[in-house]
Amino acid sequence: MPVSTHRQLPSNIAAIQCEMEAHAANYGLDFYDTIFEFVNYEELSMIAAYGGFPTRYPHWRFGAQFDELMKGYTYGLQKIYEMVINTDPCYAYLLSCNSLTDQKLVIAHVYGHCDFFKNNAWFAPTNRKMLDQMANHASRVKRYIDRYGSETVEEFIDACLSLEDLIDAHLPHVKRQQEEAPPKPVNEDQESEESTRKFPSKGYMDPYINPPDVLQAEADEERKTQENKEKSRSFPDTPQRDVLLFLLEHAPLKSWQHDVLSIIRNEAYYFLPQGQTKIMNEGWASYWHSKIMTTHGLTDAEVIEYADHHSGTMATSRNRLNPYKLGIELFKDIERRWDQGKFGPEYEACDDMHDKAKWDRQLGKGREKIFEVRRVHNDVTFIDNFLTPEFCIEQNFFQYQYNEDTNYYEIADREFNAIKQQLLNNLTNHGRPFIHVLDGNYRNRGELYLFHKFQGTELKQDYAEDTLVNLEKLWSRPVHIETVVDDTPTILSYDGSEHVSNPKS
Amino acid sequence: MSRNIDQDLSRFKDIVRGKVRRQLRKYITHGEMIGRKGRDYVSIPVPNIDIPHFQHGQKGAGGVGQGDGDVGQPIGRGQDDGDGQGQAGDQPGSGHIREVEVTLDELAEMLGQELELPRIEPKGKNNITTKKDRYTSIRTTGPNSLRHLKRTYKKALRRLIASDDYDPKHPVIVPTRDDQLYRSWKTTDEPETNAAVIYVMDVSGSMTDDQKEIVRIEAFWIDTWLQNQYDGIETRYVIHDAVAREVDEDTFYHTRESGGTRISSAYNVVNSLIQRDFNPTDWNIYVFQFSDGDNWGEDNRDCLEILTENIVPHCNLFCYGQVESPYGSGEFIRELQDVREQFDNVVLSEIENKEGIYESIKAFLGKGK
Repeated sequence: MPVSTHRQLPSNIAAIQCEMEAHAANYGLDFYDTIFEFVNYEELSMIAAYGGFPTRYPHWRFGAQFDELMKGYTYGLQKIYEMVINTDPCYAYLLSCNSLTDQKLVIAHVYGHCDFFKNNAWFAPTNRKMLDQMANHASRVKRYIDRYGSETVEEFIDACLSLEDLIDAHLPHVKRQQEEAPPKPVNEDQESEESTRKFPSKGYMDPYINPPDVLQAEADEERKTQENKEKSRSFPDTPQRDVLLFLLEHAPLKSWQHDVLSIIRNEAYYFLPQGQTKIMNEGWASYWHSKIMTTHGLTDAEVIEYADHHSGTMATSRNRLNPYKLGIELFKDIERRWDQGKFGPEYEACDDMHDKAKWDRQLGKGREKIFEVRRVHNDVTFIDNFLTPEFCIEQNFFQYQYNEDTNYYEIADREFNAIKQQLLNNLTNHGRPFIHVLDGNYRNRGELYLFHKFQGTELKQDYAEDTLVNLEKLWSRPVHIETVVDDTPTILSYDGSEHVSNPKS
Repeated sequence: MSRNIDQDLSRFKDIVRGKVRRQLRKYITHGEMIGRKGRDYVSIPVPNIDIPHFQHGQKGAGGVGQGDGDVGQPIGRGQDDGDGQGQAGDQPGSGHIREVEVTLDELAEMLGQELELPRIEPKGKNNITTKKDRYTSIRTTGPNSLRHLKRTYKKALRRLIASDDYDPKHPVIVPTRDDQLYRSWKTTDEPETNAAVIYVMDVSGSMTDDQKEIVRIEAFWIDTWLQNQYDGIETRYVIHDAVAREVDEDTFYHTRESGGTRISSAYNVVNSLIQRDFNPTDWNIYVFQFSDGDNWGEDNRDCLEILTENIVPHCNLFCYGQVESPYGSGEFIRELQDVREQFDNVVLSEIENKEGIYESIKAFLGKGK
């Protein structure tokens, strides 16, 4: 394995691993083999900068990330405890300077993640041999760098990365895509066209009933209208979410560019489920580290340190939602509700608050339910299905809003529906704007026309303009995006030299 | 083994440096963008260093938080237009702008490359020496503060073993007076190139804050460059209206006086400074004068006299920067034209506004003196 540091895990850590693995398995967690690597902070930062994969294509973005992590650590602002990647076998990296209590916590936590990676439906289409694939990508990109120069390749990668989030979150689960054959080219065969146009006639009457010159003229006209239609036809037929795929299919790319873009797209799809299940994944892992540690793992001497670090991870803040906290609390809430039977029509129909509060059918289905939840849900459906008004009050949630007049974010609402709606808005598509390709032949001039589905939040202008510049590099023709600026529908355009912003007529 | 991350990191740093260098003109004209960090570092905000995506702005943005508070209570500041760091929002804190740290030396290198400044040839390189003490040897006498413990004990141990008094089971070593060893120094002569920079500014009523800002920015860059070129620089500040005096840096930039202008008074102070502190054979002397060009008419003759006889011949470079002011007449630069024709170490420059700083620095330092 290229990934291995070839260092033997210290024997006490290996013993902890065995112990934690046994506990996890006893609770029914189901995971791939997990390999722990023992690394120092610099190595961990390096691996984290590469998204967990030690061999990635060369790019300054990783260096920037590394720089930030190292600086954050040096100044004592942040610290990563652990890193685990979704592969088979699962690789997890432990920070060597952590105390033994922390190592226990982290190992238990990692098994939660491993179980989640293996069993959650949204991770099902991911490539479990991604380590090899990434290394493969790296060597392909390096080959292009050798051949075409690092500046050229880097510039192209920059452009691709700028668009990497324009993919379709649901595409990996769609089967029909591959079956659809491309539309057949129009048959220009003179013979067959003639036969459809001819009136039935006896052979000797044929030149009179079907005069050849008229037939010819008709056929020409037909072909001309067909051609015009073809030319002015806008494609795709339906708006396409996977902008990268559209570019791969239609943009005038050289073969190496095509390959680089497909590499970026492939990796973007690989990392997609992690973003889709951040709350659940962290919540699930936290649930299990807390369960395993508090029931089995801790010695008396370790309790304080564990409690300190656990609560540090669960700390809440007023302007940022902590996915660990929300996740673990929601899982616990679900377990409690299904244990006590607080669900279903009977419970919903009950309108006595006291009865509801004391409701306990002693079903004991909680554990079973949370395993089911971790199998089928992603963050959006998780919140949509299981967030309750009681839970929001208990967790002291509120919704905040940006106030343009004061330039402050202000608490806007403590109403359940507002909170839920806001949470779903932020989670759907990772809180990124929805962008579709509407037309690859806009104004019949081969220009690219994107559409931003406006949902209340406007695009960040300077970023949008810079992104258009990158898009133009790939498309080689003017590019446009329809969006909303200052409450008016607007088309932002870039033609390779200047930005234009026109209100949509 | 060279790691991939090192390559990526150095590439990233190159990109940052490149960005800074390409936009140096902007940084030069907007001096406030550069923050001083400690003695050797400056931090520079570099825009557009991350990869742009289509993403939400803050208009209409919101989120969910956890904690106490009433409706309407502010919880975090939004991002200011352009720069600044936001606290709340979808992606808190990750602005389009990134602060990078650059050493002053690197900054000077960039300045040199961008402005195509020649390296300065210091005068009298070999004549100027300083004496430096280096603690390199050992002797048997000295003050207790210089006692060399390790050597002393080694010597004591050696003595004990030699006299067979050493018992490994009771390794007690008591140094006697003869065992004591002390550090000792040697004085060496080292060639050194030192520069003295004297800034002169007119603080009469006609110099407004805008003009002073220009002077401040220009002085920063001049310092940066000269610091890079010399082992050490001494900086002195002289302000004047009708009378002149030497002041510290803070006073230099913040004093505002009313009243008339007599430039010769400043020249007298500069002259005495040079006489007193900076022997021209030992020092590379730089005089930078900033003024709006106003002077009492009858004073001009005195000025030229002191300048040509006592100042310019001793200086590596005499630079006169005339800052355009709504009140100043801008006459004085014409008087100096003659001096420039006599001496090739005199540089005159007119600075119309902040944009002019770039050209002015280039003119001043482009001589390579």
